[in-house]
Amino acid sequence: MRRIAWVAALLVVWAAGAWGVTLRVIPHADLKNLDPIWTTAYITRNHGYMIYDTLFALDANLQPQPQMVESWEVSDDGLTYTFRLRPGLKWHDGTPVRAADCVASIKRWGKRDGMGQKLMDFTAALEVVDERTFVLRLKEPYGLVLHSLGKISSNVPFMMPERLAQTDAFTQITEPIGSGPFIFKKDEWVPGHKVVYVRNPAYVPRPEPPSFAAGGKRVYVDRVEWLYIPDPATAQAALTAGEVDYYERPPVDLLPLMEKHPDIEVAIIDPLGTQGWLRPNHLHPPFNHKKARQALLWMVKQEDYMRAIIGDPKYWRVCGAYFMCGTPLETDVGAEPLLQQDLEKARQLMQEAGYDGRPIIIMDPTDIPILHGATLVTARLLRKIGVNVQVQAMDWSTLTSRRAEKKPPEEGGWHIFHTWATGADVASPVANIGISGGCEERAWFGWPCDERIEKLRDQWARTTDPQKQKELVIELQRVLYDVVPYVNYGQWFLPTAYRKTLRGVIVSPVPFFWNIRKVE
Amino acid sequence: MGTYLLRRLLATIPVMGVVALFVFALLHLTPGDPAAVIAGDYASPADVERIRHQLGLDKPLHTQLGIWLWHVVRGDLGTSIFSGLPVTKLIAQRMEPTLALTVATMTIAVVVAVPLGILAAWKAGTWIDRLVMVFAVLGFSIPVFWLGFLFIYGFSIRLELLPVQGYVSFKKGLLPFLKHLVLPSLTLGMVYMALIARMTRGQHAGVLREDYVRTAYAKGLKAGAVLLRHALKNAALPIVTIIGIGVALLIGGVVVTESVFAIPGLGRLTVDAVLHRDYPVIQGIILVFSGVYVLINLGVDIVYTLLDPRIRY
Repeated sequence: MRRIAWVAALLVVWAAGAWGVTLRVIPHADLKNLDPIWTTAYITRNHGYMIYDTLFALDANLQPQPQMVESWEVSDDGLTYTFRLRPGLKWHDGTPVRAADCVASIKRWGKRDGMGQKLMDFTAALEVVDERTFVLRLKEPYGLVLHSLGKISSNVPFMMPERLAQTDAFTQITEPIGSGPFIFKKDEWVPGHKVVYVRNPAYVPRPEPPSFAAGGKRVYVDRVEWLYIPDPATAQAALTAGEVDYYERPPVDLLPLMEKHPDIEVAIIDPLGTQGWLRPNHLHPPFNHKKARQALLWMVKQEDYMRAIIGDPKYWRVCGAYFMCGTPLETDVGAEPLLQQDLEKARQLMQEAGYDGRPIIIMDPTDIPILHGATLVTARLLRKIGVNVQVQAMDWSTLTSRRAEKKPPEEGGWHIFHTWATGADVASPVANIGISGGCEERAWFGWPCDERIEKLRDQWARTTDPQKQKELVIELQRVLYDVVPYVNYGQWFLPTAYRKTLRGVIVSPVPFFWNIRKVE
Repeated sequence: MGTYLLRRLLATIPVMGVVALFVFALLHLTPGDPAAVIAGDYASPADVERIRHQLGLDKPLHTQLGIWLWHVVRGDLGTSIFSGLPVTKLIAQRMEPTLALTVATMTIAVVVAVPLGILAAWKAGTWIDRLVMVFAVLGFSIPVFWLGFLFIYGFSIRLELLPVQGYVSFKKGLLPFLKHLVLPSLTLGMVYMALIARMTRGQHAGVLREDYVRTAYAKGLKAGAVLLRHALKNAALPIVTIIGIGVALLIGGVVVTESVFAIPGLGRLTVDAVLHRDYPVIQGIILVFSGVYVLINLGVDIVYTLLDPRIRY
């Protein structure tokens, strides 16, 4: 009899899933690497937020707030920052978080990340004072110290134990130990299928309410499983059937089905959205000529792109701001060519740029529907302005390799490719790598080259006065519309779908899984 | 027989060697750069170059080939460029779902298709024969992804009987294990049912016209005994071949079915590795697949000798 009771009890526990509350999530991609400093992949950044913590974090006003830091002081000359860590912080292996760990982590991040490199350029010394205190000494005043340490998107300055942070910045760390709200279960990780996290019982959240990446990270579930389901229809069916709770990025064509479902909430949780980039190659004709790039501005009509790749107008907007609409740096200065399509003017500018009818090679990543759609729209518009277009189909991996080619397009190079960047990566002149005018040596693929851009970005970074920063952004955007490092083909907001049993989903450019309760 | 087996097993070594060379060459001739994928979309060109150097991808091809072969002969298939996990571990993680799907699919296919084929041959030219053949044509023609979604809609969404997706190891309970296998193996099984049913019917119909079958009937044997004991054995060789090929194909990966039902099998591992240019993983899997093919062919040859005593090696 007792045996039967035992079995019955076990069955009840099993049926109730009483091993704990599990949040099942379909992430936007498969987690392939574990080191958020080694790669800029968003899925690894999201993994980073699960298991690591940051010194500072941006709130909903894009202002840095302390996270691991308890207090900090800035010297009167603005050259010395003294940071003191919160007491009781622990790594997942039980050892305490020390100032030395943070110093090593900042140094490793500073070798890889653009904002980190900039901060290191200004840094004279980074020194440990005691177990919980460290000092950052600058060579000259720099306005972005806290913004850099609270950078919200890739590469995020996550704190790691010193012994791991001393790993070469170009070598992947394979021991994922952080001090964040979740612990990674490496033994249950099946790349391409499943990632498992459990609640970190030793984590001490801040008292403030959550706001973007800032505030208290209270965890109300025992376990989070990321289940990578590559087929969107299956993913949608799994959400509908209640097998998963949260579908990070459902494709837009499946949204109407989910919007009608009584148990599913479809919501935009990333208020900054995503910006589309049409990237011309500045090294070779015709786009080495400013007028040819300006022709692209007059040619593009954002509405055409957005209707083709997103569809429902509630998920996109026309936006002429290089630093996104809806951010503190939004401005439409200089955006007239982009916002008023004039194909005749575009045709004329191409001629003035000396376009000689050579085939314009557009790389088309057919495995990414949004970028494939944007490519087809660009090809059609280019043909309308008399350009001879050659669309070359390939997968994204091939594109990422070929875009590094600086050879002339007819010898294996390229003229145009499309990509996108999220608001968190675009909303600041320093973070936005697409606008860099650093030429072949320092600019991103496409290699724009313009001293004015670099000078203004530098001035913006040094300025601590918000009003002066805004003025510099207006001037910078004017220059950007003259140089045209890339053409912004629209701003869109991809919604997230989740079961209505979830409460407390945080609105933020990055999906976070703390603060979520699962109620039945 | 022993010598034959030894000779065949030894022959796998040069076969796998040639496969290894071809795969390595083809992969490195294909455009794409794992360093660029790792670095992510917003990494600088200089960072991509540093990662390429760190991974040894900037070494001459013959050096990279030499390093890889040296590790392979020592039983080390390398580590994934992306996850940093050993390729053998990645393959081992995927082997159980793949084998489970293979066994379940083939069991369903054989159990249903062989009797149907025999029935169709026995009732050749009647409506039963035509019905079975219509089923076979349909089973072979309906796209797997469409059938999969139809099953998901019917059995998972409407009837709520079976899970939509995923795989549960048999170590976590027989019932959830079987429940997760039903729909994918039924979906895949339709294709193999159709193929095996047609093959069985064709072979059986030919054998039933043989003199010895007529003699068996003349001796007064019942239809069941003639069909199963006498005719089936002689019709079985091509059926065994088809089953062998089917098993090899299933182990080699059924990407569409694995994707539709989110099963972490070898097929998806292969496709993911190709899309990300994870060279060690692709090379390791293809090497394993070539070994599996060789061994299955050997197994089929051995089964021949059991079914037909005239066959000797």
